Formats: sequence, structure tokens, C-alpha cells
Amino acid sequence: MFVEFYFHLRKRGIPASPTEFLTLIEALEKGLAAASLTRFYTLARSILVKRVEHFDLYDAAFAEFFKDRPFTHPNERAQITDELLDWLQEARFLRELTEEQIAHLESLDLDELRRQFEERLAEQDERHDGGSHWIGTGGTSPFGHSGKHPSGVRIGGPGGNRTAMQIAQKRRFKNLRTDQVLDTRQIAVALRKLRRLTRDGRAEELDLDGTIDATARNAGDIEIVFRAPRENQVKLLLLADVGGSMTPHSERTSKLFSAAHKAHHFKKFEAYYFHNCPYETLYTDMARRKGKPTREVLANLDKSWRCIVVGDAAMAPPELMQAGGSINYFHFNEDAGITWLRRLKDAVPRTAWLNPDRPRWWGSYTTKIIGDLFPMFPLTIDGIEEAIDEIR
Amino acid sequence: MTQQFDGTSSYISSTELSEVVNVALALEKPLLVRGEPGTGKTLLAHAVADSLGMPLIRWHVKSTTDADDGLYHYDTVQRLNDSRFGDGDVSDIERYIELGPLGRAFDADERCVVLIDEIDKADLEFPNDLLHELDAMRFVIDETGREIVAKHRPFVLITSNAEKELPDAFLRRCIFHYIDFPSPELMRRIVSVHHPDVDDKLVERCLEKFYWLRQQPQLRKHPSTSELIDWIGALVRSGLDIDRLNRDFPFLGVLLKKEKDLSTLRRSG
Repeated sequence: MFVEFYFHLRKRGIPASPTEFLTLIEALEKGLAAASLTRFYTLARSILVKRVEHFDLYDAAFAEFFKDRPFTHPNERAQITDELLDWLQEARFLRELTEEQIAHLESLDLDELRRQFEERLAEQDERHDGGSHWIGTGGTSPFGHSGKHPSGVRIGGPGGNRTAMQIAQKRRFKNLRTDQVLDTRQIAVALRKLRRLTRDGRAEELDLDGTIDATARNAGDIEIVFRAPRENQVKLLLLADVGGSMTPHSERTSKLFSAAHKAHHFKKFEAYYFHNCPYETLYTDMARRKGKPTREVLANLDKSWRCIVVGDAAMAPPELMQAGGSINYFHFNEDAGITWLRRLKDAVPRTAWLNPDRPRWWGSYTTKIIGDLFPMFPLTIDGIEEAIDEIR
Repeated sequence: MTQQFDGTSSYISSTELSEVVNVALALEKPLLVRGEPGTGKTLLAHAVADSLGMPLIRWHVKSTTDADDGLYHYDTVQRLNDSRFGDGDVSDIERYIELGPLGRAFDADERCVVLIDEIDKADLEFPNDLLHELDAMRFVIDETGREIVAKHRPFVLITSNAEKELPDAFLRRCIFHYIDFPSPELMRRIVSVHHPDVDDKLVERCLEKFYWLRQQPQLRKHPSTSELIDWIGALVRSGLDIDRLNRDFPFLGVLLKKEKDLSTLRRSG
């Protein structure tokens, strides 16, 4: 049943690893759930779920898994206690492994997991036969011998069971759930490569080579030399196409943005939005209400900046090539989009374009023209790494 | 396991939190705690140390902190200086090795609580660099070849404000708990610990206003527990009567720290 529970969680999208599952088993062996479903709820969550974003998922999965178990019916109380006890009594769970489940485990290609299972199974049989069942060691377990419940020890059984269900069904963590679970780490690691370290600022780091050199020159009279620590000089400008054909890609775009925002290692960082093609205004919000003149943005840039543009580059040719071609009917752009892109390239020669479409779809007229102007890469981890190599 | 944690007289812990702390203690795994600012993440370490009678070793992580800082520091400059001016025995490198917070905890003769505070402040790779030491609870001082092995596996408490994602490999090794914002019932107990003599009705009214304030979506920074405690303290010291509290919101500046939030709230009345 534990294995079932584990696979149920995985099926519901909680990425609990086999190692964590084994930790849970270890905890149960130590009697940490103490025959109470409420405590089991907390215990399993603290070991298997490591992100608040997944708490709601866990609550839902927990409620779902235990909802249809027979012991939730109050009129079956006698059975409840026994069954719950059996269930929480870790000794039984290993014997519950069916051929199917073993096959399932194997299909995960986790030989290691299986080996550990078997080891533990062997270990437990020995202990069991020896008569010194694990229960009793250190007095931590509330269980008596041979799986029977000794009188005198209260079990939170049915009561606890319902409490856990209530907790789970309340789903307190709903507002912490982001269905798009941000895994910005990979992007952040890729962005870190974008740096050029130079020494600038106050000398506060010991320069060992310098010290040895100066000391040798002093004929052994020690002279300590300090130097400035290395700092990243790279400034990053991020431009993103939002709305229209970019909507399906908004998740990946926002991941890139949030990773870049969280990266503290850039000397300066600015981000703007545009729709289809940048014209005389760049926007600071995704709804494109607040803007800043593009000229002003470009004027503040110099050669130490790097620029990443995210967009599918696919638009109607006039949007790129003609004055007044903007997709927005009420907007008349005096300079064609391509002119603005060339100005961007002049201001920041090291600009790369990330395209969320797959490369085999990069055939459109405007995509080709933009691809001639800027090196273009797919919006994937590999693509981001290549783009960063290009503009570094 | 003989020792059980269940809060202290000044630190009210929810049942869930106590259970998770006990799980981490029993499994000897690091406990990672997340939660809004002001929910008592850091104080938890003090409470665990107090209630179980273990010494507390603090390690406040900054953006420049290295994983090695936690293990030991080899004071080469001091050694160089001593060799220059002839103080002490410079051939004994051991004298210039200073153990860091983790190193001291491993080396201690009793089980310690180690607080690694705000781990997400450090570099992205920081948690990964600590993996082995937290797992094996041992490390070697390269300069002397001495191996420090934990005599008693310390209870490691790690706090994070979720500024950065932590690596999966690191998360797998931790026990995790999210400190939810206290419910009104729990909050009542917390308040009574800090202000035991305050009139119940006043507290009730304060809590009502406080939770109302927290539900205002237009605020940029919502007040936390510590601000509520300060606010009640301010109300008590000013000898305010409950009628005034019914009519308006005195000392709002104690609860709201952002100028913009204050003006937003005043405008909405």
C-alpha cells in the first residue's frame, strides 16, 4: 500500500524520488507515524514534497487516495483500527509487494531501489524470526508484539484518519500553487555563463602572486599586496515579444524573464516588451500600457551591453518592412520595424535572437530577414547556452 | 529517540511543525524551512536548542559566503605575519586552522543545533557544495590532513526565503516544511506569550483588524507576526481604550512599512 501511495503521488505529478521514498520507509520503521494518519500526512509530506507549489497537489492526491479506502466509513470502525494498524505497521508492506509492483519498479529502471528493497526484506525477516521484532527498540513505537494493538495505548486511528482527511481536503495551500512550476534554475545556470570578470573597485582581496613577487623583490621582507575582487561587467538587455502568436510560448518566456530577474550577477539589467516588432516605444509591462521611448533606451546602451530578444519573428511582411505597418491599427510607426532593429544592432552589436518556434518552422519571410540580422537560436536550454556563447 | 521537541514557553509551535522537527531529529537529516518573512523560521532554531538543551551554532549566509567557510578557515595571513615577526610556532599549521560553524558542530562533544540561515542568499552552487558534508558529516582539512568526523550528527536547520530555486539533489536530502502563516487561534496563543496581561477583548479586536489588513490585495508588503506583536505593544503602552480602536486604525505605521501602502490604505478609508 505504501508503494501504491508512492506511485499515486508520482502519477499526480509530485516528483518524489526513490531515495526519498526509502527515507519515508525508514521513518515509518522508526515509528514516526505512530499509527495516526494525521501524523503520516505530515511525515510523508515533509519527506516527499520539497516545494510549496506542490503542497496543494499533495493534498489533493492524499485526499483522493484515502477517500475510497474502506476505513473511512464510520460504521466499520473495528475494521478501521486493524486495517490502519496493519497499514502503518511497516512490516506488512513489504510482503504486499506483488509481482506487478515489482515489475513496475523495475520498469523505472531502478535496480538500486530493488536491491535495497530486497536487502531490507531479508533484514526484516531475520529480525522477525528472532522474536525481537523492531517494535520496542528505544520505546519509540506504539505497537505491541506481532502486530496486535496492546490495550492502554490509544491510537489516533479513525479519529486521526479523519483529521488528516480534513486537513488534506481543506487544501490550504491552493493559493501557493502555480500550475506552471517555475524551474528557472537551469536557465539561471546558463545565464551565469554570461559574464566578463574584471577587477574594479576597492582593493580588498589578498593578491597572493603579487605578494610573493613583492616579497621576493624586497629580499624576503614581507610585503602584502591587495587587489580589487573580480566583478561581472556584463549588462543585459532583454526584449520579449508578447501577445498574438507568442501566447503559447509565454510560459517559457516568463521562465527566462524570471531567471534573468533573479540573477544578481549582472552589473545592470533591463527588460522590455513589444508586440511582434519593436518600434518607437518599448513597454515595461506585459499589457503594454506603460512605455519608454526606444530612442531613450538605446541611448543609454553602450558596447558593454548584451541583448537577448525573444520572439517568433513571424509577422506580416509590412509589419517589419514598411512605415505604418504596425499590427496595431491605431498606431502609425514612422520608421519601419527593420529600421528599429538595425538601430538596436548598432547600439548593441552583441545581440542574439531566441526563437520559441522549432527551427524547421523558421521559414517565413520575416524570420529569414531577422535571422540575417541577428544570430538566431531556439528557446531551449541548449539554445540559450549557444546564444550566450555567441554574445559573450 | 528520547528527545522530543514541542515548542518552548516563548515559542509557540504548531503541531505539524513540532512533528516535522521530531522527524528530522530522528532521521538525522537536515530540516529545510520556508515561509513568509516573520513566521519565525530563524527563531525555530533557538527554540529547538533551548528546549532540547543543545548548544546553537549560527551560520548566517551572505551573497559572498562559500561552502568552505562553514567547514574551516586557514588563516594564512596570520601565519605569514607570525613568521615575519616571530610570534609562536609557525610550523604548526593546526594553530592557524579555525573551524567554521559546521566544523565546530562536528567537532563538538555533544549534539548541536546548526542554523544555516537564508541559504538562498548565497551563490547558486552553494547548496551543492555542501551536499557531501551534510550527508557524510565529515570532511578533511587539506592543509593538515586531519579529518573532522561528527561525533554526534548535529541537527541542521536551514532557512530559505525562496529567492532562488534550490537544486533537486539538495532538496532530496532534506526534510521540508513550509511554515504557514499562523491561524487566528495560534496567533492568539503567540500574542498571549508576548503580552500576557492584555485584555482579551482588545486582542480579539486587534486580531480582527490585523487579519483584515492582511487580506487587502492592494498592499505590497503584508504585516507579519512580529509587526502585530509590536503593534499591540504600542497600543498597550499608549494606554489606548478599545473604543478608539473600533473607530480607526491607530499606529498604522507599526504595521505597514511602505509609504505607498500607508497612503493606499488611507485613501481607501
